[in-house]
Parts: sequence; C-alpha cells; structure tokens
Amino acid sequence: MNVAFFFEVLIGGLLSGVMYSLVALGFVLIYKASGVFNFAQGAMVFFAALTFVSLLERGVNFWLALLITLAVMVLLGISIEKVVLRPLVNQPQITLFMATIGLTFVLEGLSQLLWGSQPHGLDLGIKDVPMEWLADSTGMFISQFDLFASGIAAVLVATLSLFFQYTRIGRALRAVADDHQAAQAVGIPLKHIWAIVWAVAGFVALVAGLMWGARNGVQFALTFIALKALPVLILGGFESVLGAIVGGLIIGASEKLAEVYIGPMVGGGIESWFAYVIALLFLLVRPQGLFGEKIIDRV
Amino acid sequence: MLYREAGQFKSTYGEDQQIFPIRQDRVAIAMLLVVAFVVIPLFANQYWLSAILTPFLIFALAALGLNILTGYAGQLSLGTAAFMAVGAFMTYNFVLRMPWLGILPSFILAGLCAAAVGIVFGLPSLRIKGFYLAVATLACQFFVLWAIQRIGWFTNNSPSGVITAQAVGILGYAFDTPARKYLLTLAIVTVMALLAKNLMRSETGRAFMAVRDMDVAASVIGIPMMKTKLLAFAISSFYCGVAGALYAYTYLGTVEPEAFTLDLSFRILFMIIIGGVGSILGSFLGAGFIILMPILLSVVFGAVSHATGVQVSHAVLSNLELMIFGGLIIFFLIVEPHGLARLWQIAKEKLRLWPFPH
Repeated sequence: MNVAFFFEVLIGGLLSGVMYSLVALGFVLIYKASGVFNFAQGAMVFFAALTFVSLLERGVNFWLALLITLAVMVLLGISIEKVVLRPLVNQPQITLFMATIGLTFVLEGLSQLLWGSQPHGLDLGIKDVPMEWLADSTGMFISQFDLFASGIAAVLVATLSLFFQYTRIGRALRAVADDHQAAQAVGIPLKHIWAIVWAVAGFVALVAGLMWGARNGVQFALTFIALKALPVLILGGFESVLGAIVGGLIIGASEKLAEVYIGPMVGGGIESWFAYVIALLFLLVRPQGLFGEKIIDRV
Repeated sequence: MLYREAGQFKSTYGEDQQIFPIRQDRVAIAMLLVVAFVVIPLFANQYWLSAILTPFLIFALAALGLNILTGYAGQLSLGTAAFMAVGAFMTYNFVLRMPWLGILPSFILAGLCAAAVGIVFGLPSLRIKGFYLAVATLACQFFVLWAIQRIGWFTNNSPSGVITAQAVGILGYAFDTPARKYLLTLAIVTVMALLAKNLMRSETGRAFMAVRDMDVAASVIGIPMMKTKLLAFAISSFYCGVAGALYAYTYLGTVEPEAFTLDLSFRILFMIIIGGVGSILGSFLGAGFIILMPILLSVVFGAVSHATGVQVSHAVLSNLELMIFGGLIIFFLIVEPHGLARLWQIAKEKLRLWPFPH
C-alpha cells in the first residue's frame, strides 16, 4: 500500500468531512436549543446558496449580495420559527420532525420558483485544484479549496463558541439548551431565544451553502448532500457542536477510505450508503453518539 | 337519521366483535366493493383505470404498510420505497427463475423477502427511537437501492438496471388489459386491507399501539418489546413489498431502481400524514388525496391560464406542487394531526345526531 496515497485519501476525506460538519452544525444549533430536529436544514442551505448566486448573477456586488442573503436567511429562520414551530410547541418530537420534512418541500419549491431550477456555478475566487507545493514535496494532492473550507469552518466554530461563551444572548441560549423550564423561570424569553437560534441557523446554512455551492455548483443535488449530515449527527450526537465536527471528520475520512479500498471489491459507489451503515452500526453500540447526552429511560 | 346504531341489538359475541358493528357501515362497505369491483371496470375508461385508480390502490397499500409501522407501532420509517423495491425486484426474480411458482405465490414470497429486509433494518429500533430511527431507515433506503443497482443478479444483469415485468396470469387467465390489472390489484388490496383492519384489532395490533403510546409502560405490562417491534417492521415491509410488486407488475410494467427513491418514501409518508396516522381508512384517503392533488392543480391552473391568458409553465407548476404538498403537511400537523380520517370520523359523529341534535 502506498503510504502517500493513503494519507492523500485520508486528508481529502477529513477535509470533505469538514464540509459535512458545516451542514451538521446547523442541525445541532436548533436541536440543542429547541429540541427540533430540523430536516429542512439542507433545504435552507440550498435556498441560501441559490439566493446568493442568483443575486450575483443579477449584477449585485459580492458583499452586498452576501448581506442581502444573510438578511433573507435570518428573516426566513425567524418566520419559520413563528409560522411552523410556534403552533407545534409541546408536540412530540416526531411530529416536529415531520413538520420540518414538509418545510423542506416548501423551501425547495420556493427557491426554485423564485430563482429557476437550472444549476449555477459559484466562484469564490479559490480554485478547487491541488496545492502544488504540497504535491511537489510529499506527492500528495490536496485541494486548496478543501483547506480553505476547513479554515472557514474553524473560524465559524470559533465564532460560535465565543458567541455562546461570552455574550449575554449566548449564555441565554445555553441556559435554554440545558433546561427550558428553568431558563424560563429565571426570566429568559424563550420565544426570542428560539427566533435567534433559527436566525443563527440561517446564517450557518448560508456559510455551508456558499462552501458547497462553490465546490459542487449550486443545484438541486445540494439538498441531498445535506442528508449526509444526518449520519454525522448520529455519530457525533445531536447535542454537541464538537460532536458535529468530530463526526464529520470520521464520516468523511472513513467514507473516502472505504470508497478507495473497499469500493472496488464490491463494485464501487458505496459512498452513497457507507456513512449510513457506519452510523447504523454505531447506533447499536452507543445510541447517544460520541458526545451526545445519555438517553435514560427509567420505569 | 340515516346513520345511527340505535335499535341494533347484539345478542352474540360474534356480532359484537365483527369488523363493522353498525349495519349502515356494512351496507356502505358492501356497496363500495360492488362499485369498485363491478361498476368501475364496466364504465371507467382506460386512462382512469391505468393512470389513476390502479396507482391509487397500490399507493394506498404502501401507505397502509407504512401506517402499520408508523401509525400503529409508532416507528417512523423513511425506507418505504426500499421495501417496495425489494418486493418489485424479488417478484421479478421469482417469476424469472421459478416460473412454475405462479404469480400470486411470487408476490407473497417477494413480500416475505421485503419482510426479512425490514427485520434486519428494524433491529436498530430496539435501541433507538424517533428521528434517530428515521435516520437509520435512511440507511436501508440507500443501501437497498445501491445493492439492486450494483448486484446484477437482481436485475438479471440488465445493463441499465431496467427490468420488464413479465406477463401476469393466474391459471391461464391473462391480466393484460387495464381493467383486468385493476381488478387484480383491487382484489389483492381488498384482502390485505381487511387483514390489516382485523390484525389491528387483535392482540398484535393492541401490542403495537401500546408500544407506540409508551414503550416503557408496554414492556412493564409484559409486551415483548423485541418481538413486537420486529413484527411491526416485518408486517409493514411485507405490505410495502407487495405494493412494490404490484407497482411493477400492474402499474408501470417496466421499472428501474430509480423509481424507488427517497422521494417515493416521502410521498408515502405524506399520504399517511394527510390521510391519518394510525388509521386504515386514512391510508386510502391520503393516497387518493396525493394522487388527485396534482391533477386537480393542473386543472385549476389550466382554467386560470385559460381565463386570464397567463401561461403557467410546467416547471412553475411542479414547484408549486412541491410547496403545496409541504404546506399541507405543516397545515395538517398543526390543525388536524389525525388527518382526513379524523375529519371523516367527526362527520360521522355529526351524522349520528343529525337532524335532531338533542
């Protein structure tokens, strides 16, 4: 076995895992704060990317487009919270989950209705090409775009943790995540907090949408990529930001390694389900995920 | 006035326990069956039979399968389409490799294969529930489709993965016209729906509901958790498998693995949400609703564009359809979580008192 090639695949996988983590982050945020498993996060990613790229194509300045899209996503998040989830408060989690599946369809339809369904290219100015100096010195081909994306992810995670750790709103968010009732009892307005969480999730969706859009083009298939975030969540645990990152890395790396080393034995294309099977096997051993809170059912 | 049970006294246990205890219900069902079996094949045209009624019945059967699992046993599954795919492709192989078997046993065997797959992918349900389980069933969805596409045996090494369903015949009687295919589908669906209706009133069905309502309490009163959950998966996938076989054999004719994507799973999930979670009738209402909805939409938009002269393109229409589906799901979950079946129940309650509500 070629060691350099192994590491190339491994690092490539880890970096693409970071991309999954970007999407998974949005899920974790909302789940932590409101107990809603937001299946529509993928559709939000698609909506954000499509809105941004359509604005760009209509000649809007890059930063202005970013600002407008951000505003749209924040508004979208807040209105989702108001229209869809507020009336469903205190319903079983599974009902909320199904509601977000419905929401997925609404968002997919809406974004294509507004901006058309043809695929777009998105250029952030970073080419998806291997870095030459690395290829020359070690013989590994690592895309500089992937490296850039993981840098963005790192910045995003750092910003979020600072936000959670040191701001007043961030502390309120963590309080709500810990215990809704206790948080309400000490005077934290739950409704505002939920609106904020959805707005932040909209922002995360925008970042993920830009990264994925720049990498694979802005097209309907983006919504499927978001499905890949689900095994990441299972592996990492639904409540943990750290879990989303680590889960993403594990899924990304194992998926790529499996595709390269096991794939040829069984006919290839196992990338489509390998992540799920890992997650499934993992569930049997540790249902709460790597960093999730232990699920305890007592009689 | 017309619909009430007053004056219908039951003097035996048998009468008390029959599926439809109210005489009017029995009459209505009998009339419905007569219409479905006799009147429709005689009078409906080919388009209605082959493009609306047959798929309606098949989707209703699949929704029924999902409803047993999700509505009665409380285990959410997003892998319905995969179970249907197993049913369709296994039927193809049984008919291809064991032609002496006959079509009905092939359907049943294919259903059993789907049940086996269901049990395997139902195993995680012993440890996890809710949307964790939903994600786990996604594994089933992707894995099964991949296996069917990649392993040549399933498609008899067809290069494109497309299979052509063999001619359907029972004892030399060929089911070749739309009306005959419709009748075959209808017969199978009727029998299976009756079976399901009865099963859900039995100990098994009650155990399912107990697990759904509170699994800890259910296991305390002595319901075996493993057996019940796996049985729910098995029965549900059996129904979905047969539905998939019918989908290939009496509706599409030629199928490819791509016909059974996640989209189909969602579509069937929507049927039970709109129709009514935990209701046999709901599966049929939901399937009818989802089948008729796009047709209704295109008729409405056709009329609108005819009246105003504004052309609505096909892409816009399909996106609107997506949005309306999604919106309806949210609407039903918020306003009427028990779906159309619950509306029907309310109507029946009202009807019992009508026209003298005191």
